[in-house]
Amino acid sequence: MVTGWFAGEGNDFRLLGTRCSACASVFFPREDHHCRNPSCRGGELTEVPLSRRGRVWSYTDSRYPPPSPYVTDPELSWEPCAFIAVELEAERMVVLGQAAPGVTVADLAVGLEVEVVPGVLHEDAETTWMTWHWRPTGVTA
Amino acid sequence: MTEEVAVLGAGMHPWGKWGRNFVEYGVAAAREALADAGLKWRDIGAIVGADTVRGGYPGHVAGATFAKALGWQGARVTSVYAACASGAQAIDAARAQILAGLADVVLVVGADAAPKGFFRPAGGDRPDDPDWLRFRILGATNPVYFGLYARRRMAEHSDTPDDFARVKVKNSAMGALNPRARYRSRVTAEEVAASAVVADPLRLLDICATSDGGAAVVLSSMEYARRHGQAEPVRILAVSTVTPRYPSTVLDLPDIATDSARAVEPPGETFRRSIARAAYEEAGLGPEDLSLAEVYDLSTALELQWYEDLGLCGEGEGVKLLRDGATALGGRIPVNVSGGLASFGEAVPAQAIAQVCELTRQLRGVAGDRQVPGARVGIAANQGLFGHGSAVIAVR
Repeated sequence: MVTGWFAGEGNDFRLLGTRCSACASVFFPREDHHCRNPSCRGGELTEVPLSRRGRVWSYTDSRYPPPSPYVTDPELSWEPCAFIAVELEAERMVVLGQAAPGVTVADLAVGLEVEVVPGVLHEDAETTWMTWHWRPTGVTA
Repeated sequence: MTEEVAVLGAGMHPWGKWGRNFVEYGVAAAREALADAGLKWRDIGAIVGADTVRGGYPGHVAGATFAKALGWQGARVTSVYAACASGAQAIDAARAQILAGLADVVLVVGADAAPKGFFRPAGGDRPDDPDWLRFRILGATNPVYFGLYARRRMAEHSDTPDDFARVKVKNSAMGALNPRARYRSRVTAEEVAASAVVADPLRLLDICATSDGGAAVVLSSMEYARRHGQAEPVRILAVSTVTPRYPSTVLDLPDIATDSARAVEPPGETFRRSIARAAYEEAGLGPEDLSLAEVYDLSTALELQWYEDLGLCGEGEGVKLLRDGATALGGRIPVNVSGGLASFGEAVPAQAIAQVCELTRQLRGVAGDRQVPGARVGIAANQGLFGHGSAVIAVR
């Protein structure tokens, strides 16, 4: 689906951004062409893993199936999917993602610590498309 | 401070789900605006169309589409696309042509025929488009972002879902007085609470619908207005169309992440706030001068955010302003007396023009049952995708 946005398995799973060698700005999704800091003279952009853990900036859910191009199974009833916007302290940025399966808005609170884990976006007979999920720390599912 | 332009005419097609082509709505609005201005289409030197992507591209480019439908007469033509800010940027383009002396009198038209349900990106596999990506990878609809903002307000300012519902109650009461609104019944807090959750904590009646609609204004130079017997027309003093400043630290549609503030300290104000400030500076006015405001209440919670971003109250004080009745008809600073998006639903490129139509009626003192007594200064504010947002200030 998208290449180079994340890598690794289990505890080594990380979102991948890029960092400007001149001003240290970090970008996610990755920015591979030009640093977007308007005061920066423009440095080389190199891949950098983002912090694995962060704090919930806000959260919500989707009680109705999103339209295409999101892929849903019309045969199955829609299970609400939670979303978490996560503040990463080191990068000083907020990254949105789906919550791990089974995590609902009732499990969440602004400020709660969460970690990034690998997840399945969609699968068919031939392919499994992977993605990232946010999951409260201390929860194993 | 820039020079002023006159609003000679305003027209609208009622909002609703009419199931017709967007051109029809735009032409109806244009003809009404021309009649209101006392002008004929042949008198118009330039037309600016606010584009609709679903109906308008490819195949239709709004400026020329409306010009053809009204009858080719050789006018200068411009088309503008800026998502929800398209209408305001169309007004800005018209104003710039007038102030530059390229045209004396300009017709601005926006119209849309919205699809049912959630807005969605154009089709195809387009992983280089952030709007496509947020749907494909996250399934993050517009209400998901509204839900995030609402929950954040609850955590930061202790707003409650009851407070959000109160916005809908207020706006529906005013929309009930507006014959152009799609929804014309008063809604109770109980009805909001009984409606289905769409994106926690927001319910169906907290979120604006998608609608068909059209709106148009006729703008001219002040000299042209005087020549046509309008010595004291409604005037536009400012159109703010600024972009955000890096690093933009509030997660915004359609982005998956904010800018990083690691290398550069964030600006002292958010993007939405900068839209309003730029308009105030251009107009040489401040929030204390306002008689009314029309804001993009895409959700009830977002209206509260606008109170603070427009400087109608301090940060976190939006709910207090609402509870005190200041933003209702008869209050200190009525907000969305038209009924807002809560009563209209959203017809994307028409909406910001419709806001200016409402300001025009209010400032002329012809808004009927929803008239703000003695209205002298109004602001309209909106925000679209991709760092687009605008504010228009009009006076009488």
